[in-house]
Amino acid sequence: MDDAAPVLSTADLTRHFGMVKAVDGITVEIARGALVGIVGANGSGKTTFLNLITGYLTPDRGRIEFMGRETTGLPPRAVTKLGIARSFQVPQLYTGLSVLENMLLSLAAGSAGGSSMWRPLYQAPRVAEGLQILERFGLGSYADRPVGQLAEGGRKLLDIALSFALRPRLLLMDEPTSGVSIDDKGPVMDTLVGVLRQSDVTTIFVEHDMDVVQRYARRVLVFDNGRVIAQGETGRVLADAEVRKAILGHA
Amino acid sequence: MAGTRRWPAPMIALALFLVAPLLAPGWIVFVLTLALAKFMAVLAVALFLRGGLISFGHALFYAIGAYAVGFAVKWLGVADAVLLAPLGAVLAAGVAALVGLIMARYRGVFFAMLNLGVSMILYAGLLKFYWVTGGTDGIGVRSPTYLGLAPPREVLRTAFYYFTLVLAGMAVYIVYRFLASPVGYFMKALGDNEVRIEYQGESVRRVMYLTYVLSGGVAGLAGVLAAFAVGHIVPEYAYWAQSGEFVFVALLGGYGTVPGPLIGSLAFEFLRTYASKYMPEAWQATLGVIMLVIIMFLPGGLWTFYAAVAGRARRKSEGLARG
Repeated sequence: MDDAAPVLSTADLTRHFGMVKAVDGITVEIARGALVGIVGANGSGKTTFLNLITGYLTPDRGRIEFMGRETTGLPPRAVTKLGIARSFQVPQLYTGLSVLENMLLSLAAGSAGGSSMWRPLYQAPRVAEGLQILERFGLGSYADRPVGQLAEGGRKLLDIALSFALRPRLLLMDEPTSGVSIDDKGPVMDTLVGVLRQSDVTTIFVEHDMDVVQRYARRVLVFDNGRVIAQGETGRVLADAEVRKAILGHA
Repeated sequence: MAGTRRWPAPMIALALFLVAPLLAPGWIVFVLTLALAKFMAVLAVALFLRGGLISFGHALFYAIGAYAVGFAVKWLGVADAVLLAPLGAVLAAGVAALVGLIMARYRGVFFAMLNLGVSMILYAGLLKFYWVTGGTDGIGVRSPTYLGLAPPREVLRTAFYYFTLVLAGMAVYIVYRFLASPVGYFMKALGDNEVRIEYQGESVRRVMYLTYVLSGGVAGLAGVLAAFAVGHIVPEYAYWAQSGEFVFVALLGGYGTVPGPLIGSLAFEFLRTYASKYMPEAWQATLGVIMLVIIMFLPGGLWTFYAAVAGRARRKSEGLARG
């Protein structure tokens, strides 16, 4: 496969909830190595789009291709195994386990034959790798803490780190800075983008905060009523008056 | 590491179990044997409790283990504990492998009641097919042999106690390995967040199924040992109240760890022995009161007593070391 081929492409992707067209005929291509922001008003279909790509929802119509392979209709577990990982708007963590244990489970599940019922979860190489990833996300000093002791910024980073640890080719992040205090948004995104630049992960992130999108996304997709109304280089797209109106909502 | 610091406590417990028959009267050895046997069934139930799932039907596997012994004695004239223990465990695990295909799909109330339902089907069968099962009369089980060796009469009880202790030790080892494994952790995590499990690429159903098969096998082993210890098996082994007892004891001792169910089983069997002797009419009321007290003041079970004391001692010694 050549470098120019898209990592992800969708064709006419559509999902309705009753009368509501949550995602309505979306056709996009995401290039390898891209850092793409998805913007749009509440209810414009951003999260539904992520849920369709990861198989949490099945589309009513359309097609999803990942690395040249059709993934339409595959469940999240199969999609994850193929190399698409996602993080969540509300962090999805195991609150009864420690930060490190959350991480080790990602590494165990992500490695071939790793999820055993006989060999221990704690294995020296796995622990070393887990600590190293936590370190890169700035969570090294929290490794032995219960997840419940993390502040929201830390929970968001851990949620993303768990997805990153699966060594995906494509990482989808749903509002990585929502719920994070204004002072922490910059540091959280700097940490994230720093880690992602060092690895060969194509990234799509949904984001409400326009400052964050301006600063970090190289390209944007603008969603409105389940459709992509504009896409391209971030600064140029966000300068458009129609786009700004759509993002701010029609109220 | 905390592991090395905790080392002495299990050693002391093991030493006490090893010398108990030399010091204690025969009836205590019997109660200890029964407590150790049932401990395994409680452990089996605890595997699910720690993932937030409650089974009111594990008596199914307990009864399969027990009746495997009963039929072997009745039809084949074989009462060899060394042969029947693995046989009962494998039979129970085999049934769990079948039933688990259904159970792995359910959670919450449905999981609890489906387990209860399947166990009550066995219970009804044991009652109805009395020409095979002996019905309410049950089946008598004679004293076990060990690879053909029959211990002298006066050490029969002690011999079986040590046999039970060895098997309980093996079950504890296997369960410890499981709890320390990724699947064991995923089973605990299942109560927290199933969505994340699937998004880590692990199958929730696989985790449930593997746990179910292990759990069934361990509960089956408990049934084998209880059948030999008591010497008589009846359909009540499969009755829902028996399943409820396992859940009760798990809550009593604490289900987050391996020692919790052990402490719970010991406390429960001795409590039952004394209570039914001194207050035969009121002992179930006593159990009720104890359950209330545990849930209100010690939701982690009796084990939390020990864990709290040991934790305080550890913090103190670490504080001194840092000094």
